[in-house]
Amino acid sequence: MNDMEKVNIKINGMELSVPAGVTILEAARMANIEIPTLCYMKEKNEIGACRMCVVEVIGARALVAACVYPVFEGMQVFTNTEKVRKSRKTTLQLLLSNHDKKCLSCTRSGNCELQKLCNDYGVDDENYFDGEQPKYELDLSTPHLVRDNNKCILCRRCVAACKEQFVAVIGTNNRGFDSSIGCAFEKDLNDVPCISCGQCIVNCPTGALREKDQCDEVLAAIADPEKFVIVQTAPSIKATLGECFGMPIGTNVEGKMVAALKRLNFDKVFNTDFSADLTIVEEANELVERVQNGGVLPMITSCSPGWVKFCEFYYPELIPHLSSCKSPQQMAGAIFKTWYAQKNNIDPKNIVSVSIMPCTAKKFEIGRDDQSAAGLPDVDIVLTTRELARLIKRAGLDFVNLPDEDFDPTLGLGTGAGTIFGATGGVMEAALRTAVDTLTGEDVKEVVYNEVRGTDGIKEAVYKGVGGLDVKVAVASGLSNAKVLMDKIKDGTADYQFIEIMCCPGGCVNGGGQPIQPASVRSFTDLKALRAKALYDQDAAKELRKSHQSPIMERLYKEFLGKPGSEKAHHILHTSYVKREK
Amino acid sequence: MFRSNVLVCGGTGCTSSHSDKIADKLEEEIKANGLEFEVNVIRTGCFGLCELGPIVVVYPEGSFYSRVTVEDIPELVSEHLLKGRILKRLLFQETLAEDTIKSLAETDFYKKQKRIALHNCGVINPEVIEEYIAMDGYQALGKVLTEMTPEQVIQVIKDSGLRGRGGGGFPTGVKWELAAKPQSDQKYVCCNADEGDPGAFMDRSLLEGDPHSILEAMAIAGYAIGASQGYIYVRAEYPIAVKRLEIAIKQAREYGLLGENIFDTGFNFDIDLRLGAGAFVCGEETALLTSIEGKRGEPHPRPPFPAIKGLFGKPTILNNVETYANITQIILNGADWFKSMGTEKSKGTKVFALGGKIKHTGLVEVPMGTTLREIVEEIGGGIPNGKKFKAAQTGGPSGGCISYENFDIPIDYNNLIDIGSMMGSGGLIVMDETSCMVDIAKFFLEFTVDESCGKCTPCRVGTKRLLEILTKITEGKATMEDLDKLESLCYYIKENSLCGLGQTAPNPVLSTLKCFKDEYLAHIVDKKCPAGVCKSLLSYVIDPAKCKGCSLCSRVCPVSAISGEIKKPFVIDQSKCIKCGTCMDKCKFNAIEKK
Amino acid sequence: MKSLEELRAIRDRARAGVDLRKEHQNDVRVLVGMATCGIAAGARPVLNAFVEEINKRNLKNVVVTQTGCIGICQFEPVVEIIEPGKEKVTYVHMTPEKAVRIVNDHLVNANVVAEFTIGANS
Repeated sequence: MNDMEKVNIKINGMELSVPAGVTILEAARMANIEIPTLCYMKEKNEIGACRMCVVEVIGARALVAACVYPVFEGMQVFTNTEKVRKSRKTTLQLLLSNHDKKCLSCTRSGNCELQKLCNDYGVDDENYFDGEQPKYELDLSTPHLVRDNNKCILCRRCVAACKEQFVAVIGTNNRGFDSSIGCAFEKDLNDVPCISCGQCIVNCPTGALREKDQCDEVLAAIADPEKFVIVQTAPSIKATLGECFGMPIGTNVEGKMVAALKRLNFDKVFNTDFSADLTIVEEANELVERVQNGGVLPMITSCSPGWVKFCEFYYPELIPHLSSCKSPQQMAGAIFKTWYAQKNNIDPKNIVSVSIMPCTAKKFEIGRDDQSAAGLPDVDIVLTTRELARLIKRAGLDFVNLPDEDFDPTLGLGTGAGTIFGATGGVMEAALRTAVDTLTGEDVKEVVYNEVRGTDGIKEAVYKGVGGLDVKVAVASGLSNAKVLMDKIKDGTADYQFIEIMCCPGGCVNGGGQPIQPASVRSFTDLKALRAKALYDQDAAKELRKSHQSPIMERLYKEFLGKPGSEKAHHILHTSYVKREK
Repeated sequence: MFRSNVLVCGGTGCTSSHSDKIADKLEEEIKANGLEFEVNVIRTGCFGLCELGPIVVVYPEGSFYSRVTVEDIPELVSEHLLKGRILKRLLFQETLAEDTIKSLAETDFYKKQKRIALHNCGVINPEVIEEYIAMDGYQALGKVLTEMTPEQVIQVIKDSGLRGRGGGGFPTGVKWELAAKPQSDQKYVCCNADEGDPGAFMDRSLLEGDPHSILEAMAIAGYAIGASQGYIYVRAEYPIAVKRLEIAIKQAREYGLLGENIFDTGFNFDIDLRLGAGAFVCGEETALLTSIEGKRGEPHPRPPFPAIKGLFGKPTILNNVETYANITQIILNGADWFKSMGTEKSKGTKVFALGGKIKHTGLVEVPMGTTLREIVEEIGGGIPNGKKFKAAQTGGPSGGCISYENFDIPIDYNNLIDIGSMMGSGGLIVMDETSCMVDIAKFFLEFTVDESCGKCTPCRVGTKRLLEILTKITEGKATMEDLDKLESLCYYIKENSLCGLGQTAPNPVLSTLKCFKDEYLAHIVDKKCPAGVCKSLLSYVIDPAKCKGCSLCSRVCPVSAISGEIKKPFVIDQSKCIKCGTCMDKCKFNAIEKK
Repeated sequence: MKSLEELRAIRDRARAGVDLRKEHQNDVRVLVGMATCGIAAGARPVLNAFVEEINKRNLKNVVVTQTGCIGICQFEPVVEIIEPGKEKVTYVHMTPEKAVRIVNDHLVNANVVAEFTIGANS
């Protein structure tokens, strides 16, 4: 179809010329009319199932679903007639008739898409249709997620998100009124190869899917005078936390975030950016060793626990390609309970290591084997961005008006390279900055690698003649993209030395623990790019933009670890993987 | 050379009453009488008069034996086949005239029928391709491949006026034309044999009785649209149909009538079976195609239509079995011949599965435009037990009820829609005065609620709520507000559902509401079920004046709800009574009343 | 199967097997008496001879069927030939050889074989 081809239509009597092939919903947006949806996710879940988006089309036998119905020349659409409004209201009433209406205690109260539409459409009797309402048991089997099908409206956005990740462990069970979303044969989520990414949660319109909330555990630790509670925040949190307080997408709130954490009475507020730098140093060393000693190549990053779990489940034969480096979160936790504890004379048993992560797989990661440098878990509690926002609200902090404050010294310092870890391609760019310096023996001025930036699912680049070597790299985010690269490795066509893989599409800025944006925003705003921009802007404004130049690295190796890849570094900063049976 | 052919019905109905054993016994007895080289036993498809099965027909005399048992066989062989004496006691009684035996074609059941789709059913052995070929089988394919262009084929089908027999009635030729237009490396021809309406078995009988006619028609369709692969989506619960299709495909391949370079014309076409697990929604075209792809059988929004983007994303036509069954006859006899039958907008014939309160349950094929009265009273033999006709239900769970006032309306696609029903695939269930129309609506809705795939809100939740309101009505717990709610919910579901299943689900409610509103009101306002069907609304009472105190009722009562002293009137304890009606059936004095 | 001719040849061969299953309202009917008396007198071979000969000559619209005792047992085997619009012809003391001749003369060439009829033999 010719992209330039236009058709003339009328929406609510308004004449409009729109590209041929667009849907009524897209055309209406061009006329600044938002048609309500529940199941629709552009290009990901265009199934026409919820029927919220029905509109009248002249000549059509019945109402049509605007989200999937293409426009045609001369089409006349009405989006706001009595019939349309009544139909949408009935749809909402029917959904409510089978919905656990405990809205007051719902984690999604306030940003529930169903609740919003019920308000918009004047649903004044949530019990208009009474009748049977099945009771579903909660799935609490995994460390990261709660599935509460009593609140599920069967929009299947989670199914689409899981499928997009090429994991597809959830789908529809049974049929008709008895249908419910879950794993095949109604197994627990923990008994299927779920990789804990949480993309299902951020795509859920209601409270049917949520992270396992651990706010109370954190508050209890803070309240315990025996405990020394250290918190670290992942690079991407600063780019997203503001959304929970109504700030525009892509606002960098690092200073306010630190201020809030301090007011929450954490004993120390550290920055995961520092351990991202540490990861680069260790990973770069590992890569050089592999190249020099004929090790397994390409080497693949291991920062993203969802990706690591995916590899263990779906490509166990490629585990040797994974870098043995722990993720930045785990490296930071390991350093807190070893070096930091020694230096400050704190019994590591009394340290409670909390991390604020964009990620639900991190809740899984802390329980993995071989993640306890001090004989104790490197990290004790993981909170998602959303849980942190809840803590801040519970403490009564006026977040938007907090002053900017700085991380606590030493382990609060990260370079720009660490900061961009939160976006797809960021780890690769950080690694390239260090690798190019290492290979050329110079302090190369150019630090921007545009080839690996951006939200494309797969990015490839070759840097020729870097210190006499052609550096060939690839970056993937989202596991269906990762799969493409994995298959290339398997059939021997992957000509790279180093691959960065992030589990979530767009990287951590779009992680499963990030603030929830409604589908209407996710479909029509480049959320990933806006959030990533906050990180790249911060990087650009920093003086220190290369991991190996961080003063902490120098101290850490000199005082404690020896040199990158040393036995001690291996003991504290590296880990191992397991083959998982599907 | 055989002098006599004995046809034994091997359709599902007769098979379930052991026609296979009858055929075995026939062969045994014929051999015992030394007639095995004179008399040939042929296992055929369905004759249509299922109620009278198992059926055996002996040619050349054309004697139609009904309700034959294995025990009857020795007599039948020695009398008819050996001695030439027709065994009158076993004959279908309608063929017995005073002094002669009427031909089957003259009986009321067959007289008004016109068998086009069913022309080979009950005539040939469906497991022997030569018998199909003997009846001009594969001539139409040969004609199409050697004498016609694809455009000409489509034109003939368009000119014939053939419309889809599966329900919607979309013009078949137009459908083919739409799929013929797009350029594509692959296209598909699919056959919907996922018959699922309660009580409907037209497609089943066609597949069992004449599988080759479907294969041939699909190959013709393949030639017309440029497809080389066909799929038949057939219910796994149709084992005989599946087996015969498998045999037919194998035989057609052996003869080179399927496969590569058919008739040396360079045309390739092959067919595979796909077995459905019996979900009703898989009869919906997009759901069926999704199921063939190996996914959960659920409908998709249209457009895109399958003719443009169907199976595996390729242009696809999907026709129902009965539609295909007409194709070869149209090709061989011409569009004008076909067009000469039927009404202005509905050409040809339609096969109906007669069921319910009717004498001759079974399968009939009548010209479009035949009236309901003709079908029920003449062909179907009327209502048994002298009861009065109340309504007929067509179109299965998607259709509606036709009341007596429309008894004489010619049945075709448009007329049925106009009176609030639809053709559907051809189920026709007759109801008499003992049927409660609210209960009937509830029955169909229970089916839809069970069979909803659950994808869209109106069907998943809406039909369930609809059923709950109906249940309230049948239990006498509903108010007039509920009735309003019921009606507006019906219209909502029709307007808002994703696929045909949901869009038509309220039809049984709406049509009964339209024709029999007084019955609804009786349930709601008077808390009475006029037909005496809805158990919550009736009670069994012993009339003390008539009761002789024999105690029979109390002895047969399964829940010991009846007590009394011998020779004095008995009493039913209403709190224990489960309204099974046994007492009333057994009472010799008509002392028990249903109120 | 490479041609339509091939298909037609198969059809024509197979047709004889199914022709019996038609309505025979307007056909010529050959009725062979097959009651005990007829069978005892040798009606079966006569019946089969008719069937074979008619098929051999590929005669359409002729149906061979059995009938019971028509009460003239002394003439068995008896065969009646009924042509629509014509008077019934009854042949008596039939043999397979006579049957072949009746097919040739009567059914093919429309010449009643008078010498075999009941009139010539009573």
